[in-house]
Amino acid sequence: MTDLRMEETSPEDLAQREVLAAEPGRFDTVRRALFERPSTCIALAVVILFVIVAIFAPLIAPYDPLRQSILQINKLPSWEHWLGTDQFGRDVLSRMIHGSRNSLIFGLLSPVFAACIGTILGVSAGYFGGWIDRVISRVVDMLMAFPELLLAILVAAALGGSFWNIVVVLTAAFTPGFARVSRASTLAIKQEPYVEAAIAAGVRTPVIIFRHIVPNIMAPIVVLMALWSASSIRIEATLSFLGIGTQPPNPSWGNIIRDGLNAMFTTQWPIVAGGLAITIVVLSISIIGDSIRDVLDPETSQ
Amino acid sequence: MAKYVLYRLGDAIPTLFLVLTLVFIAMRILPGDPALAALGPMADPVQLALFRERMGLNEPLPLQYIYFLWDAIRLDFGRSFISDVPVADLIARNLPHTIYLTIVSVLMGLCLGIPFGVFAATRRNRPPDNALRIYSLIGYSIPDFYLAAILLIVFSLQLGWFPINGAGTGFWDGLHHILLPAMTLAMLKSAFMGRLTRTSVLEVLGRDYVRTARAKGAREGRVIYRHGLRNAMLPLSTGIGISILATLSGSVAVELVFNRPGIGRLLIDAISERDYPVIQAGVMMFAFFVILVNLVMDVVYVFVDPRIRMKS
Repeated sequence: MTDLRMEETSPEDLAQREVLAAEPGRFDTVRRALFERPSTCIALAVVILFVIVAIFAPLIAPYDPLRQSILQINKLPSWEHWLGTDQFGRDVLSRMIHGSRNSLIFGLLSPVFAACIGTILGVSAGYFGGWIDRVISRVVDMLMAFPELLLAILVAAALGGSFWNIVVVLTAAFTPGFARVSRASTLAIKQEPYVEAAIAAGVRTPVIIFRHIVPNIMAPIVVLMALWSASSIRIEATLSFLGIGTQPPNPSWGNIIRDGLNAMFTTQWPIVAGGLAITIVVLSISIIGDSIRDVLDPETSQ
Repeated sequence: MAKYVLYRLGDAIPTLFLVLTLVFIAMRILPGDPALAALGPMADPVQLALFRERMGLNEPLPLQYIYFLWDAIRLDFGRSFISDVPVADLIARNLPHTIYLTIVSVLMGLCLGIPFGVFAATRRNRPPDNALRIYSLIGYSIPDFYLAAILLIVFSLQLGWFPINGAGTGFWDGLHHILLPAMTLAMLKSAFMGRLTRTSVLEVLGRDYVRTARAKGAREGRVIYRHGLRNAMLPLSTGIGISILATLSGSVAVELVFNRPGIGRLLIDAISERDYPVIQAGVMMFAFFVILVNLVMDVVYVFVDPRIRMKS
């Protein structure tokens, strides 16, 4: 990097070239991360399977997940109802299949929102410094002191549960982490000769930020998104279990377990099925996230 | 030392202040009319007006904010909308159960996790190490309430070894009731602590002074515990702080599954009954604990590693 002769071409072009040169290599390493280890391949297959089930839920589910039947209360598994029924006589398998939508969507939405807001805050703090940095860092430090799950419970307790409230809750819980990581990376990138050169050449600030800094701090952001996708599925399940997440009668793996607890003495299948689904999906996404981390930033992996 | 503690204390106060402000914003401004929430949609206008007058809701917002802060400083959280009991009494009744659960589960978690971590670190890439890797991966993925429900079904419902719910009376009965809930949290904690112990012991075992200890002929047990584990204590003490904080959130779900009294249970019940004074006090209690644990951990670091004091 330092041996590039800057007088030959504009600093902006140089930085552009740097990013383009890095891009194919980066995709290559991500591909390697995903397909080289057998455990990661299996994890990827599991996640894809669950996503397909979630997308085609209405076609796959054998019954309407909300249809109640007074004759079919708390039934054990049978050929009609593979996982039995719950206390309102609703088919548990259909609720599991439809519930996968409510559970998975947060694993996709909240890391994306948190990454956008967190990166904006972190990059502004790191790039501009001064009082902006002091205010943002201060608030981020305070919020980071709270475990994400506790922060989510407290915000959900204050706001109440609805789809967009859960998105807000999870985004609020994860944003500080993204802000901290992107601030640290921005501080490092800002010292790079190509950024200094761009500043010296009078490139406008938004161009420097979006073209030179943001693409170069994407690696740790992507790793965090993968890891927090798993966390948000787990936290949404916990919130729904506590009754402050997805609201009944809409199914989610968390509130299927909550309902299952009331029927614990007759049938334990809803609890077992709901919990296994959460554990398997979270485990698979974590394995994928760990693999991506191992290739993208080898220093932090053990 | 005293100066450092004072400095950290001064640092914690703005955090507490920020939390109180956020709670005020969330409770008073966002969800609409607290009077309507307290008395229900069927309440008649006279009652609503009386309630607003009594709770000070007719005052301008800045004045309400000052009253709110003043009440919080005096630990006056008002009365429960549902039971009309002072909220401070409810907290005093439930808090000891949560503290007891936290202490027992953290101790159990450390007793399981640290030896497991050392065992895996000294057998790197052999079966015990792989066992720890799988254990910690599952421990990270399994939700606490699911593990709690599984333990409850297997050990209480099927085998009948433990009581199904409540906190029990007296020491031995209380211990009998707390073992399963504490075990739930301890398993999750030991997965995290085991992983952390393994990493930090491995790092220390690669240092020069460990090689020196081995070269001068110290026994392997002495090398690992005296030189390895002792120097790995700093990252471990961070881990202990994190696992105490994790217990606070974990206790909410575990108290609900095992039907135990506690702050988490109080908060969740209050949410379903829209008992705003209790929700507000519960949220503030949790926030206060997080700040307190962080403060205590910061002071503990200085005892464990005096080099930190030099930097500040």
